[in-house]
Amino acid sequence: MNITVCIKQVPGTAEVEIDEKTGVLKRNPIDAKMNPYDLYAIETAVRLKEEKNAVVKVITMGPPYAKAVIKEAYMMGADEGCLLTDRKFAGADVLATAYALSQGITRMGDFDLIICGKMTTDGDTAQVGPEIAEYLQIPHVSNVRRIHEINEKSIIVEMDMAESVEIQEVQLPCLITVEKDIYQPRLPSFKLKLKTANRPVQIITFKDLDDKNVMHYGLYGSPTQVLRIFPPEPNTTSEHWEGDGEELGEKLAEKLKELKFV
Amino acid sequence: MAKIIVHQDAIKDRKEVVKVCPFFALEYENDELILNAACKMCNICVKRLPEVFEYVEDTLPEIDKNAWRGIAVYIDHIEGNIHPVSLELIGKAKEMAVRIDHPVYCLVMGDKVHDMAEELLHYGADEVFIYDKPQLYDFRIEPYTAVFENFINRVKPTIVLVGGTTVGRSLAPRVAARFRTGLTADCTTLDVQENTDLDQIRPAYGGNIMAHIHTPNHRPQFATVRYKIFNSPERSETKSGKLTSCSISDEFLISKINVIEIKKKEKLKSIEEADVIVVAGHALRKEEDLSMINELADMLGGMVATTRPLIEAGWTDPRMQIGLSGRTVKPKLIITCGVSGAIQFVAGMNSAEMIIAINSDPKAQIFDVAHYAIIGDIYEVIPRLIEKLKEFKD
Repeated sequence: MNITVCIKQVPGTAEVEIDEKTGVLKRNPIDAKMNPYDLYAIETAVRLKEEKNAVVKVITMGPPYAKAVIKEAYMMGADEGCLLTDRKFAGADVLATAYALSQGITRMGDFDLIICGKMTTDGDTAQVGPEIAEYLQIPHVSNVRRIHEINEKSIIVEMDMAESVEIQEVQLPCLITVEKDIYQPRLPSFKLKLKTANRPVQIITFKDLDDKNVMHYGLYGSPTQVLRIFPPEPNTTSEHWEGDGEELGEKLAEKLKELKFV
Repeated sequence: MAKIIVHQDAIKDRKEVVKVCPFFALEYENDELILNAACKMCNICVKRLPEVFEYVEDTLPEIDKNAWRGIAVYIDHIEGNIHPVSLELIGKAKEMAVRIDHPVYCLVMGDKVHDMAEELLHYGADEVFIYDKPQLYDFRIEPYTAVFENFINRVKPTIVLVGGTTVGRSLAPRVAARFRTGLTADCTTLDVQENTDLDQIRPAYGGNIMAHIHTPNHRPQFATVRYKIFNSPERSETKSGKLTSCSISDEFLISKINVIEIKKKEKLKSIEEADVIVVAGHALRKEEDLSMINELADMLGGMVATTRPLIEAGWTDPRMQIGLSGRTVKPKLIITCGVSGAIQFVAGMNSAEMIIAINSDPKAQIFDVAHYAIIGDIYEVIPRLIEKLKEFKD
């Protein structure tokens, strides 16, 4: 069984500041790390591997230094890794990212199950997984919080809905995005670090992909464009209420209604 | 379509210029400065060093925006009840539709959903499209996507709004990818321009920055919005608009997913997961008075938490404690009842989105972090608050 995990390198901190005058991100030494939600996806794949004798492959798209997250995945038990990198992929929005990844996944060979984290901590969109599934024309289930069973033909998963849990049996190949309470991710192992130190990372560039139409990648392949970024307005409300206890109770009820908590 | 051109001759300091980009997207390749795959087209380089970096727009064939008309809302529903986020989106759609003189459409899919669809006519939809099939009883991605596709091909709406529910967040990207168009997730502000371009504002980086996004040359424009971002329109007594039943061939409703069981979810277990928290503080005189706090939390669909003195008194479970020696919470709403606000406590809750503090001591430290400081006795304020909330429910 082949399991492919999609991972991403994200800024090490979410504390980004914007220069109010120029409207640009203030440069702070952004250290990069693995998207925390992807650790759950890798853990899920490695657990299945331990049970079912599967091969775990990881793929990421990013600049050359994103290779670091593949090395980290090796330390958690991934077997093969691939970095999708090319100037032509730059400036990709969700759609172009999902498309490039779907092309890269196809290039990596057979897959039975694709696992993605719930979302990334920089984009926060949770959209790439379902879009990859669409491009690969396979079914997907989002918000998976438990795996009951997997065999050669299908996987039985629990999908976390707002008020219920749906147990679905999905035919393979398919894609799932996993919640963070699925398993506790293991720490990178020092033993595996030594063992995988020389394991190569496959590099896939634009010319390796089946679809060589530049209009489908990067900025050209991105329907959405960011017009500007700006800091959020701080919550500056600070009101003091005094008076008769009962009146305050009524006023508070009205306020809760206005704030849509009722 | 735009790109950034690097004027190599204008580079003064070859080492320093690379640092202009916070995303490490600038590097040298064969002695030439290039933008690598990390480029996010944020234009920071252009703003900082306009002599080196130039932003240019190529003109691409433009799509015919007039061929796409109407603002469509996907109606999410749970067990035959319309999800309130869908009504909020109808309200927003109407507001925008007036500006560009477009109709508001609703898309309802499911099994035996006719009555529910009819209800939407009380909220101002111009036309409600219904796909009523037994195969649509459970949410399964392929049939739902196929129906959505059928609807878009039939109606050609310029904007499609989807609630940011579990279903919506799974379905919207799938459909957007099928149409090779843009989708902006979790928008907090939406507006429409005269040329029907949708202005979308959403938080990114965990809410640390806001991004203004548009989809200038693709239709339809997809956006998802979370529950309780926009206001729900008033239900009018009279109906307006019309219902249209749509058919779709069974071959499009085949799925590789089999829903085995739907279980009710067990109640939230930890206070870290709660959206609403009511905290009992040491102004509480006796253990029995906790019932008042419990009742308030129930009314708001939240959980009860406490401070250390109450744990030590043995009145509450240690798992309910907020603070440095307890849990750290970040709910949408926290109401502290008779909590003084020692620093150890505040550190565990001061990143809550909305803090309402009730305390009879006007100098209580908790008021320093509260958005609403209510100076009063919890034994007077809370019973009346509960009474009033009950009135709203009825």
